[in-house]
Amino acid sequence: MIRRSLVKLANPQLLALVGVLLINWLLFPNFFRVTWQDGRFFGSLIDVLNRGAPVAILAIGMVGVIATKGVDLSVGAVMAVAGAVAATMVVAGYPAPIAVVAALTVGLLCGLWNGVLVAILDIQPIIATLVLMVAGRGIAQLITEGFIVTFTDPTLVYIGTGSFLGFPMAAVIALVLAIVVTLIVRRTAIGLFIEAVGVNRAAASLAGIRSRMLLLLVYSLSGFCAAIAGIIVAGDIRGADANNAGLWLELDAILAVVIGGTSLLGGRFSVPLAVIGALIIQAMNTGILVSGFPPEFNLIVKAGLIFIVLVIQSPLASRLAPARLRPATKGAAK
Amino acid sequence: MAETGYALEARGIVKIFGNHVALDKVDFGLKPGEVHALLGENGAGKSTLIKILTGAYQPSLGEVLVAGVPVTLNNPQHAQTYGIGTVYQEVNLLPNRSVAENLYLGHQPTWFGFVDRKKMERDSAAVLARYGLDIDPSSELGAHSVAVQQIVAIARAVELSGKVLILDEPTASLDRNEVERLFEIIGDLKKSGLAVVFITHFLDQVFAIADRVTILRNGKLIDTKSLDNLTRTDVVRLMLGKDIAFSGATKLEENRPLGEVLLDFKGYGRKRSVHPFNLTIHKGEVVGVAGLLGSGRTEMARIMFGADAADEGTVAVAGKTTSISRPTDAIARGFGFCPEDRKAEGIFGDLSVRENIVIALQGKLGWFSALTRDEQMEIAGRFGESMDIRAASLDMPVKLLSGGNQQKVILSRWLATDPAFLILDEPTRGIDVGAHAEIVRTINRLRDEGLALVVISSELDEVVAYSSRIVVMRDRELVAELNGENINPGVIVQAIANHREGAAS
Repeated sequence: MIRRSLVKLANPQLLALVGVLLINWLLFPNFFRVTWQDGRFFGSLIDVLNRGAPVAILAIGMVGVIATKGVDLSVGAVMAVAGAVAATMVVAGYPAPIAVVAALTVGLLCGLWNGVLVAILDIQPIIATLVLMVAGRGIAQLITEGFIVTFTDPTLVYIGTGSFLGFPMAAVIALVLAIVVTLIVRRTAIGLFIEAVGVNRAAASLAGIRSRMLLLLVYSLSGFCAAIAGIIVAGDIRGADANNAGLWLELDAILAVVIGGTSLLGGRFSVPLAVIGALIIQAMNTGILVSGFPPEFNLIVKAGLIFIVLVIQSPLASRLAPARLRPATKGAAK
Repeated sequence: MAETGYALEARGIVKIFGNHVALDKVDFGLKPGEVHALLGENGAGKSTLIKILTGAYQPSLGEVLVAGVPVTLNNPQHAQTYGIGTVYQEVNLLPNRSVAENLYLGHQPTWFGFVDRKKMERDSAAVLARYGLDIDPSSELGAHSVAVQQIVAIARAVELSGKVLILDEPTASLDRNEVERLFEIIGDLKKSGLAVVFITHFLDQVFAIADRVTILRNGKLIDTKSLDNLTRTDVVRLMLGKDIAFSGATKLEENRPLGEVLLDFKGYGRKRSVHPFNLTIHKGEVVGVAGLLGSGRTEMARIMFGADAADEGTVAVAGKTTSISRPTDAIARGFGFCPEDRKAEGIFGDLSVRENIVIALQGKLGWFSALTRDEQMEIAGRFGESMDIRAASLDMPVKLLSGGNQQKVILSRWLATDPAFLILDEPTRGIDVGAHAEIVRTINRLRDEGLALVVISSELDEVVAYSSRIVVMRDRELVAELNGENINPGVIVQAIANHREGAAS
């Protein structure tokens, strides 16, 4: 399995990541310099891992949803809700572990709500999750009563800014989550079923796959991942900002998944490649910042990247390109 | 005007979509003052021909003549200027606007550029009176019954066009009285010299109203005949083709000791889908299902498999009454189902051949007892070999395989679950000769191994060759069960055409 994964490493996503990093290095020669200070690593590269973690975590949840031909627009708002829950609970005096568990549970319930709308009520995913995308910020504001709730709880702050073996805690959480979710979907039949439902839901139903349970699962996972990202972001700024936490990050998460080779039409998906997609986005963000371009460039460069990815994935390109250059969409762990 | 005698004529029409020939040199002539029925199974090319006659499609070859003059019809609006109007099965009017507006939409009488509503409603009332409708022209169209809306649609088409009226399954959503009323109106229009094309699935209606009939099969013109000299059986035979009555050599598998009863459906049915039916299926037998397309064959299969839940009747599996309301229930009891539409409901195009084969077995095992890749390869390899699946690799996407090989993959998928009962809906449609033979061979082998099978097929020769019994569907009802030595395709055709005779045999 490991050998196969290594062979799979030579895919377009990884080449793109290396390419972006090299461009960053050309623009900013110190890009690859990593220093050890106060028991942890510092440097632009580490910054990419740290800043990219929330979107990577969102992408881990989003990739399953998109593989079923769905989309989850609510993850940014769910981040705000989870952050608000965790922050107000520690401020109210609850111990941090209980606040974290409560925030994760709320995220899970948000995901389950989306899942019920999509799987049971058969509402189109983009509309179903739009409901919570709008309502979520309102809920978060109700929880924080309209204020930015600040806290100093060391556990929450550690989740957002701490380090583990010298690496940023956020990146470590993202890595562990990516491995756990990959193992869950690939060592069980869940990954195959998700792809089957995404490719052809009618055939999946006739083949005896309970697509409703599966949809409930993927949307719940997406909500759960959003809650993790929300806690990290809250810990990072030591406060819950209902208006701005996770704002527009759902779009970055979708972009990460698509860069990772999962088609918005559903089907083949890969968790590791979605994480790499998130890192590519963050590498661009960081690169533009450190090389002194105005941050406005970021949006234009991102748009350009989306355009290139969509062209590569378009039916026309896959007809023109030789087979091995097509976006690798096969699960890397199998 | 019409020197050729035809109000509308199509000569040598060929229509090609991609590399699929939808119509192959079809001639069609429509006389003024006749009702001309256009018959054929789904996919025979009826709607393609209609779309060419109304200008929605352009023919690849051939020409359309109006009153003997060759014309090019750019679109349905353009066809209207030549007097050709169409009414579709689904009324495509605006239910939230008034009856009068619907009648005159796009052609409203104007007064200095403004719609003259009074005149429009006055004219509408006059038009509606001619069709025996006494309704308020200013009322909303959607407030009236489907039948009234249908008549308004016909009135609109006739008022705007006036020479040729094309009715595409106009009676599909009408009840008996409404159909009679519609037929009266069609009769009046015919007397006034209008030429009417009538498309329907109901043979009774064809004989009730049509003067001549044109039959299409697989995009080819079979014949155009006067209905005076035709019997119902003749028409069905022409629609199904293959000169079935003359191939009496095949007969039912007989003298085969019946196995124990595996399945017993009693009064099993679903409202608005299939009338309740009784069917007992034994181990080691193939029950053939015959009937025209649209006769309820596929619906019956879906109900048996739980793809659509039955809402009346009971089913017993191996003597025990049970409930099958979902495919997973059916699969847990050893059922398998190869659907008619392979691409839409059968294959997972982007997934590999291997995954397509193991998916039903994996579905049965559940989320957590995943087959390893090696186990999957072993299973897929075993069936790939025994079913002779021609794939360069078991890891290639199944969508790259030919139709016949895809069908073998779906069959393998169910065989991998070790089923007791298989439902095959048109298993040999659209596949090459080699794969065809392989599937027929597999059906025979499975029957000999003691499986129970229900096979739906339009290939009557084939059904007779492997079936132990044949049930006949007609108008969503199981109308006959045919047993014994004297069954041949001719008898089946008769049973399909006229269920009273069929039930007696």
